[in-house]
This record gives sequence, structure tokens and C-alpha cells, in this order.
Amino acid sequence: MTRAELLADDPIWLILLKVLFIFLFALLTAMITVWAERRLIGRMQNRPGPNRVGPFGLLQPIADAIKMPFKEEIVPRTADKVTYRLAPVIAGADDDRPVGVMPFGPEVSIFGERTVLQLVDLPVGALVVLAAASIGVYGVILAGWSSGTPYPLLGGLRSAAQVISYEIAMGLAIVAVILQSHSLSLGDIVDSQHGLWFGVALFPAFFIYLVAMVGETNRAPFDLPEAESELVAGFHTEYSSMKFVIFYIAEYINMIVVCAMGTTLFLGGYMAPWPISLIGDNYFNSGWWPMLWFIAKIGLGMFLFIWLRGTLPRYRYDQFMKLGWKFLVPLSLLFIVVLTIINAWPQMQGTGRLISVGFGILVLIGLAFMAPDRRDSRAGRVPMSGGGFPVPPIDLQIPNKPRRTRQARSRAGRRQTVAAGAKEGDDGVS
Amino acid sequence: MSSAMLLAANEVAKVSTGEAISFWVLAPLALGGALGMIFARNAVHSALFLVMTMLSLGVMYMIQQAPFLGFVQIIVYTGAIMMLFLFVLMLVGRDSSDSVVEVLRGQRIWAAVLGIGLAGLLVSGVAEALTSVRPVGLNEQNAGGGNVASIGKSIFTDYLFPFELTSALLITAALGAMVLGYTDKSKRRTQRETADARFRGEHDRPSPLPGPGVYATANSVAVPALLPDGSIAPESVSAIIEATASRELAADVKSVAGSEPGPDAHALKAGSTEEGDK
Repeated sequence: MTRAELLADDPIWLILLKVLFIFLFALLTAMITVWAERRLIGRMQNRPGPNRVGPFGLLQPIADAIKMPFKEEIVPRTADKVTYRLAPVIAGADDDRPVGVMPFGPEVSIFGERTVLQLVDLPVGALVVLAAASIGVYGVILAGWSSGTPYPLLGGLRSAAQVISYEIAMGLAIVAVILQSHSLSLGDIVDSQHGLWFGVALFPAFFIYLVAMVGETNRAPFDLPEAESELVAGFHTEYSSMKFVIFYIAEYINMIVVCAMGTTLFLGGYMAPWPISLIGDNYFNSGWWPMLWFIAKIGLGMFLFIWLRGTLPRYRYDQFMKLGWKFLVPLSLLFIVVLTIINAWPQMQGTGRLISVGFGILVLIGLAFMAPDRRDSRAGRVPMSGGGFPVPPIDLQIPNKPRRTRQARSRAGRRQTVAAGAKEGDDGVS
Repeated sequence: MSSAMLLAANEVAKVSTGEAISFWVLAPLALGGALGMIFARNAVHSALFLVMTMLSLGVMYMIQQAPFLGFVQIIVYTGAIMMLFLFVLMLVGRDSSDSVVEVLRGQRIWAAVLGIGLAGLLVSGVAEALTSVRPVGLNEQNAGGGNVASIGKSIFTDYLFPFELTSALLITAALGAMVLGYTDKSKRRTQRETADARFRGEHDRPSPLPGPGVYATANSVAVPALLPDGSIAPESVSAIIEATASRELAADVKSVAGSEPGPDAHALKAGSTEEGDK
């Protein structure tokens, strides 16, 4: 039976079970990530991180989960009340939706029922993440607007521009994968990576996806919508208590979603990594094992997020936009064209090949034009002379400083010299 | 049309229970969103209602076996286009409301007449589609390569020319917007050139604007600096601050402006000129 057929005859209890699992998976992973992030960032910054509650501070997220909702909730007087309440709901509800289309594993048996470890295999599954991201950003931008104060508004606007820009780069990276797998269904995409992972085969697309995924989730070094040193806390400055918690959790769930998506698209999804897949006639790729690999790969992605945050300073906003529009988008477009030509090369006749080669030459010429001129090393430097202002000549010889004698170096000797100098001054030098 | 084909078409046109439930949930939402968009006072609320309508429509497309169309509706319309609308609305500011003064005479009457006419045309067209047109070949289209593959095939074979024309139009529009919005930054004067121009008197003032009197009398940037004669330097407070806080500051400004008895400004001035002459 195919994946779709297996999923179609799931009984209702199994569907509910999967929904419950997905919900808990997203929330629990987010909690664990919060702990892991604080510990790892602490480690990278040579400090212990949370270590008071439970062994290794493991219960810290639970302590936070108890503390945060009991804090006082402050709603600014200028807030647009309905929208202000709606924003965290949109942000929180929308972010764990795409987990439903992620394939966690191949065919297994749950209580005697054959099924696939996936809630639903949409024929357009790869678009779900983009759609969810584009709805989820409404939560951020509405939070910024409805707070009624300038900093959140700036954060919200930044976030809107950022997510739209990076969604284009991300979408184009996904297009490269779709071109290879000939399907938008995530299950099929995983199946078509049996030989070589797309992360290796399509490494430029993988690279673009990695950058775009950080931009898309508003994480450091691209956390401009909530840049502390610029915007206090950005779009959620005016949020407190439970509403803040929802934004906080939504950010982590969003990270999980893009990591799961990256895993599915580029890292072979639930399939075991290469040396392990050789053991025991692919034993580790059967049954429930693949779910372990899937979750481990998501963990790897989350570690990358934390590592980046601990390592890189924040981008300036215009640099960030430049990176997206002038580097990532053209690069992915070019890569898609090159990929198409490579795919079509064996079927092409003489003319087609000539046209492709011509296209390649054109691209090279275009790139040559785009390369910036060598910068004049004197540009921007103040000229040493000229311009009508009195400046010292360029060949000015500064007389060498006289060597300090032993007498001058000792304290008593210095006092004598100073006294002598004072006497000279009295003699009327000035 | 043969009877077998009609039968198949009827089978396709039959509405399943799930579809009916979704329709009766989504249709009121879509309609409510459309009405809310028209009647909402706040422009951002209008936009949000429109988003709700578009989302409901997107889900309806998905239910009616057009998942690609549904997701593209969500990504492109609600995700990109409405987001840009919101972006602009938010930049305009939350307190600005539309003026309700009629600029064109008889505008409302004509709008109502044309609107009702358009609604009549749409309803008659849709009613015709619902009653006498039968869907044919939906299952064949969605089978095999699936919905997406069929759309791709149609676009790149039968409808290639219109598709390319549309993309050319869109690219032209985007380029046009860029050309219209472009300001040449390469001709901006360097720091040195600006400084030279200042001393040649091409600027309104040779020095930069004076800083606020932060360290003079208070710790606020809204406090104007004092000139040597004790009067205030109006340029020292940013126009933005003056626009918002000038009313509250009026008394302070008066007190430092010398309208109230203050330090003897003339003595200070005379003293300073004497020093300068020496």
C-alpha cells in the first residue's frame, strides 16, 4: 500500500493519538530547547547557566512555566484591545500546524494497525511550512501594531519585511528540492533521498535554506524584530504574563518546524545517516528506529540555532536585507537554472546544448559586470595637504625623543629636572 | 453527452457531508469577513477582516480538491499581498482615519448603482455555473501525477504564452515601481564636500545644529539649549519633540527665553565682544 492509502484508512482513535503526539512533541521539545539553549549559551559564555532547579537545572522550564502565567498582566492603555488579545493566539496556534505534515517515520504498526508515522501526507506538503510562516507573522506584526507604542510597531514592521523577504529565498531553495524529487509531498521527498541526501546533492540550496530559516524564525543573528539593544524587546515589548509565554513558546516551535522541514528536505528525513544505514542490512531504517534519527536531526538543527546565537553578532537591518535580496535570491535563481540544465543535459540535442553553454557564458559575463570595482585605497581618506587648510607637510620630520637618562628615570632625579625646568620658565621663555 | 458521462459528472458534483459541514462553517466566516471589511472603522481592522475572508476561501479551495490553489491563495494573498497592505497601513499610523467628505459629487449613488450591477452580474454568473454547468474530468485531473503536476503541465503547454505574457507584465510593473521609487544615492555629497560647501556659505548654517541643553538645566533632550545671550536656541530641539511636547514646554521656554526677568543678557554680550576684540 502506498503512503496515502495507509494514511487514508487510519481509524479515528489513531488520528487523535497522532494529533496528541504532535501537540505534545512540539510543546515538550520547545521546553527542552529552552533549557538546552540556556545551558549551551551559558557553556559558550563560560558561565554555568541555570543550575538550581533539579539536576543540571533540568526543571528550570517547569519552574518558568509555573512562574510566568502568575505574573501580573499589563495591558497598555493605548492598546487596540481585540487585536492585542488576538495576536498571541495567531502566533501560537499557527506555528505548530506544519508538524502535522512532517513524516516522522515509515510504515509501523500501532496496536495492530498498520500506518505511517505522519498525520497527513498532503500532495502539497512542502507549501504548508511557507503558508504557516506567512500566517504566523500576522501574530508578530499585529502584536507590534496593537500595542500602540513605537518600539513594538518598529519590531512588527521589521518582522513583516524580514519574513516576506526570506520566504522568497526559502521558497526558491525548496523549488530546487522539488525539481529533483518531482513531488511536493514530503513523504515522496524523503523517499527520493534514498541514494544521496539532497543536503549534499543540492548543497547551494541547503545553504540558502539554512540562512533563510534563521531569518524566517527571527533568531540571532537575524533577530532584528526583537533586537534588545535597539528596540527594547521588539514586537512583544508590551506583552507580559501568559501572552508573553505564548510568543516565547511560538518562537521555539517555529524553530522546531523549520528544523523538521530542513531535515525532511535536505537531510534525508527519518532515514538513518550513512554509516549506520549499512549496519545489519538496513535494520536501523525499519520499524520505530527512523523516528529517533528524525528527532536527532531536528536536535542537530536546534543546536545550530543555539550555536549561531552564541557566536554571531546581530546584523544591521540594511545589511540583512541586502543579504537576502541581493545574494540569496539571485543565487538560488541561478542555482535553479543550472540544476535544470544539468537535469536536461542528456536529453538535449546540439542546439539545446549550445543554448545552455551560451547562457552559461552570459551569466559569467553578467557576474563579471556585477563584481565591484577595486576600491580606491585613498578614497575617503583625508588628503594630507591642499584644500586650503593649514596641515603639516607630508614629509614632516619629527625630532626623536631624547633618551631618558637614568637620572630622569629615578624619582629624585625627575624632581630635580622639574625644578630646573621651572627655573628656566621663570627666566622668561614664554 | 452520453448518460454514463452525465452520471459520472453527477457523482463528482455530489457534496459529501464533510464538505457540507466545512462549507457552512467557512461560508459565514468568509461573508462576515467581507462585510466586516466594508464596515470596520479602522483600516487595519478592515484589512484583518479581508484576511479572514481570504483564509476561508483558501480552505474551501483545499476542500474542493484544489490543495495547490488553496495554499497558494494563503501564501500569496494573505501572506504577501495583505501583509504589504498592513505594512503600509501601519506606517500611515493608527490614529489617522479616512475623511468622509465626498470629493466627487454623486459618488456614493454611482458607487451603489454600479456595485449592485456588479453583484447582479456575479450572482447570475455563479448561479448559472451552479445549476447548468457540470464538472467533468476532475478525478482524472487529480489522479496520476496529481493536482500540482497537472497544473504545471497545463501552464507550460497549453497556456504557456498567456503565462509568459503575465510574467512579463509583472516584471515590467516591478521594474517600473523600482524606477519610480529610485533615488540616486551615488551623487550624494561626501562629508568633506558638505563641509567645504558649508564654509562657502552654500548651506543655511556653517555649523551643525546645536545640541539640546541636556547638561545645562535638565536631563531631557526636550530642553532647548541657551545661546550666549540667554535666549533659547530653537533649532536645538528636534522638530519631532517640539511637535509633541512644545505645548507642555511652553512655560519653560518662556522662562528661558528671557520674557521673564532673567540674567542681564546685555552685560554678558558686551563683555564677550570686548574679549573677542582683544
